[in-house]
Amino acid sequence: MPVTTEDVAQVALLARLSIPEETMEDVTGRFTRVLELVAELQQVDTDGVVPMSNPHDMEQRLRADAVTEENRRDELQKPAPSVEDGYFLVPRVID
Amino acid sequence: MNSLDLSSATAAQLISALRAGTISSLELTQAYLQRIEKFNPAVNAVVTIDHEGALASAAAADQARAKGAEGPLTGVPLLHKDIFCTAGIRTTCASKMLANFEPPYSATVVEKLNAAGVVTLGKTNMDEFAMGSSNETSYFGPSFNPWDLKRVPGGSSGGSAAAVAAGLAPLSTGTDTGGSIRQPASLCGITGFKPTYGRISRFGIIAFASSLDQAGPMTRTVEDAALMLSAMCGLDANDSTSADVPVPNFHTALNGDIKGLRIGLPKEYFSDMLNADVATSIHAALKELEAEGAILVDVDLPHTRQGIATYYVIAPAEASANLARYDGVRFGHRCDNPTDLMDLYARSRSEGFGDEVQRRILVGTYALSAGFYDAYFKKAQQVRRIISEDFKKAFEVCDLIAGPSAPNVAFPVGAKNDDPIAMYMEDVYTLSVNLAGLPGLSVPAGLINDLPIGLQLIGRPFDEETVLRAGHRLQLRTDHHLKTPQIGADQS
Repeated sequence: MPVTTEDVAQVALLARLSIPEETMEDVTGRFTRVLELVAELQQVDTDGVVPMSNPHDMEQRLRADAVTEENRRDELQKPAPSVEDGYFLVPRVID
Repeated sequence: MNSLDLSSATAAQLISALRAGTISSLELTQAYLQRIEKFNPAVNAVVTIDHEGALASAAAADQARAKGAEGPLTGVPLLHKDIFCTAGIRTTCASKMLANFEPPYSATVVEKLNAAGVVTLGKTNMDEFAMGSSNETSYFGPSFNPWDLKRVPGGSSGGSAAAVAAGLAPLSTGTDTGGSIRQPASLCGITGFKPTYGRISRFGIIAFASSLDQAGPMTRTVEDAALMLSAMCGLDANDSTSADVPVPNFHTALNGDIKGLRIGLPKEYFSDMLNADVATSIHAALKELEAEGAILVDVDLPHTRQGIATYYVIAPAEASANLARYDGVRFGHRCDNPTDLMDLYARSRSEGFGDEVQRRILVGTYALSAGFYDAYFKKAQQVRRIISEDFKKAFEVCDLIAGPSAPNVAFPVGAKNDDPIAMYMEDVYTLSVNLAGLPGLSVPAGLINDLPIGLQLIGRPFDEETVLRAGHRLQLRTDHHLKTPQIGADQS
C-alpha cells in the first residue's frame, strides 16, 4: 500500500514532529522504502505464534509498595528550560 | 614514562604496572589525556573530556592503592559512550536535543565501574540516540576509523571503538541494541562484547529500544572484557528487567580449554551477502578454534534475513515511545517563542532530533498506530519469537554459534548516507542476537588491505563464560587483536 505525503503528515502529527513542507516528498520516499523493507515480515507464517515482548519472557518484577525516594525536585528541575516555584512553565493552554 | 606502549597497552598490563608501582594512575591518566589531545582531532572519537575530574580520581586512585584499599580496576582510565548518564559531566547522546544536558544522577554501570576504581577520562562520540551503524548521525560530526580516516568506525558505539583502537583509552563502554558494540568493534579491530539481555542494568542509560538495549565492554582483549564485565553486571532494583542471576567471575572463566566444544556455523551467515575476503578470514579463525579442539557443526538460522525487518519495526516502535519524553518541557532542547503547546512540542522535537532519529520515530509511531499495529508491531513480535526459537533449536546441537560480525570491512564516510536500507543491511548478523537476547562477542579476525574484520561468537542466554573462553583461546593462538593502526603508534 503506497504511503502519501498526507499519511506521513498524519503520523508526524501523532509523533509531535514538525516536517517542513519542502522536505515532505523526500521524507515520504525514505519512509516508503523502510516500509517496503519491513514488508518482508509478511513472508513469515506466524499463525498461532505468541508475540514476544521480552527476550526471556520475563515477568515484570514488582517492588514493595513503599516510599523509597526522597524529594529531589530542585536537582531534577535544574536541566528544565523554564521553571517557576517548582512548576514547569509551558505556553498558555487555556485562554 | 617506562616501557608501557599506550597505543597497544591492555588494562591487564596497566593493572600489573599499577600494582608493581612502576607507574601511578596520575601518570597514566595524564598520558592518556595527552594522547586524546594529540589524536582526537583526527578521529573525533571523544566529545567531552573531563580533565579535572580525571586527574582528581586518578589521585584518589593512587591514594586508595597506597592504603591497600584498591578495587579490581583502580586507577585504570576509561571512556564512557555518551549515552551513559554521568552526574556532573554533560551527557548528550550525540544529539542537539541533549547538547547541554547535565544529568542529575549517574547510570548504575557508571557507579559500578567507579566503585571498581576506574578513572573516567570523558565521553565518546556515537550515532545520535544510538541510531546508526556508522557514527555519521552524530550532532558532533562523524568519528573516523583510525585504520583509515576516510572510513567510518561503525556505529552506534563508533567513538568508543575508535578511541580504543587509537589508544585514547584502554577501556570504553558501549551499548548494543542491534549490533552497536559488535559492528564497530569489528570495523575498528577491537574486542566488543554484548552480554545477555538483563545482565547489566539499563538504569541511567538513555533509552533507545528497551527490550533490546544492553551495555557492554569495548576493549583490546577478551581478558580485559572479562575484567570489565565482572564490574558491570548484577541485579539492580532500579531496572526491573535486570536479571536476578548470579554473576560469575568472568576472568576466572577464561581458564580452561575448549576441547569438544561444538561451534555451530549458520549457513545463512555465509551466504552471498558476505564479502568473500571476510569469509576467508572468518574460516581461517574458525580453523584456529578447531585446532584448539572445537568441533564445527552446521546449523540453520532460517529467519536471519527477516530479522532485519523484525528489528526495524520493534526498535523504532520502542524508540518512538521512549523518545516521547523529549517534549521541550522538562529537559532537553526547547524551541524559541512557541505559539502554543503543540508548537512547543513539535518544533522542539524537530529542531532537537536529527533526520535518522525523526525517521525512526515516524516509522515506530506508524507501526504502533491504530489500524497498523497488528500488521507491523504484533507481527514483528511474533517473528521475534520464531527467531528466538531458531536459536534454541540451533543450540540443541551446538554450544556456541560463530560467524562474521559484519558483512564487510569499514565503508567510506558518506557511502551509505542516501540509502538507509543499505545501512540497515550492515547489521544483518547482529540484529537477531538482540532480538533473542543472547550474548554476542566480536573479536578481531584479521586485516583485509589494512582494514579489520571481526569474528562473532554467540552464546546461550547467560552463558557469557563459554563465549569469553572461546574468544580468549583464539587470542592466545593468534595476534589479530595485537595489531594497531598507524595513527596511534606515534608515541607522545
